[in-house]
Amino acid sequence: MNEHALGLITGIAFGFLLQKGRVLRFDKQVGAMQLRDMTILKFMLSAILVGMVGFYILKAAGVISLGHKAMNVGAVVIGGLLFGGGWAVMGYCPGTAVGALGEGRWGAIFAIMGMLVGAALYAEVFPALRTSILAWKDFGKLGLPETLGLSPWIIIPVFWAVALALFVWFEKKKL
Amino acid sequence: MKWKTLDGGWNPYLAGALAGLLAVASAVATTKLMGKTSYLGTSTTFVRAAGMLECAVAPEHVKNNVYFTKEKVQVDWQFMLVAGILLGAFVASRTDRSFKLEAVPPVWAERFGSGVRRRAVFAFLGGVVAMFGVRLADGCPSGHGLSGMMQLSTSGFVALCMFFGMGIVVARLVYGGRRHE
Repeated sequence: MNEHALGLITGIAFGFLLQKGRVLRFDKQVGAMQLRDMTILKFMLSAILVGMVGFYILKAAGVISLGHKAMNVGAVVIGGLLFGGGWAVMGYCPGTAVGALGEGRWGAIFAIMGMLVGAALYAEVFPALRTSILAWKDFGKLGLPETLGLSPWIIIPVFWAVALALFVWFEKKKL
Repeated sequence: MKWKTLDGGWNPYLAGALAGLLAVASAVATTKLMGKTSYLGTSTTFVRAAGMLECAVAPEHVKNNVYFTKEKVQVDWQFMLVAGILLGAFVASRTDRSFKLEAVPPVWAERFGSGVRRRAVFAFLGGVVAMFGVRLADGCPSGHGLSGMMQLSTSGFVALCMFFGMGIVVARLVYGGRRHE
């Protein structure tokens, strides 16, 4: 199997699960931001809980290597805030916009067109950003264990406990 | 708690946990096959797709752009992953009859009416801003949110807080406060 076939198969499985979990819907994404329907948070946190255990076991076994994205303060904070604003209006994130199109919500095509323009625009201003926002302060490719000075096997159980408490609360409030 | 939701979907905890297993399996498979661990993500593909489209009209311009050069305008593993999401969602929606041709989402229509043009304009503008932001942050809710948090990345944690924090504020401004059914 080559790289392309693997990507396609993984994507089909991922798209299948996103659709079955009903997280591709505009109404679910905006619902989470309105704090009235936590479907996407349930899906994301469940995936994260399983994934973090798997990744850290595999890392300890030397099977995989972690690939943190850089903690470039200006970029992550400003970029994250811009994304949050656009996300609320668009009602999709990049992956779910494509998936929404797959389940027939063809209005997502306008969101996808906008995102292609946004990507092209970013490519044009990248040289200017590289000497400004991106040059402010980069802490590098850090994980929480290094940032907090704690073992991942302390952080992971704490994360599980917090997430499970949130799940109980979601179910109690029927969110 | 039920295995199926009222609309025939799967329990989101179950679907999410399976997505977590998929992320782990994918990390192993990419390491074995490509020699380097690749993590689930989608937004770089939008850069590559934009570069390909631009190439059709101005190939020299794309070739000379540092960002396109950095991200490599080509069909790679992640590009196929994004294509797969489209297919997988289509197949899943056909298996439980949730496939539906719809231009304007119900929650949007309730607030702003069912006009396609207005929805199209705002979806487009939201898309421009969101993708610009996500490229600056170097990751979307898949790359930073799922893959980053699974790896306990500091940047993933901060990014997800920013995504939701600003999302909550803007959603409140655009769609109003929480509705009481």
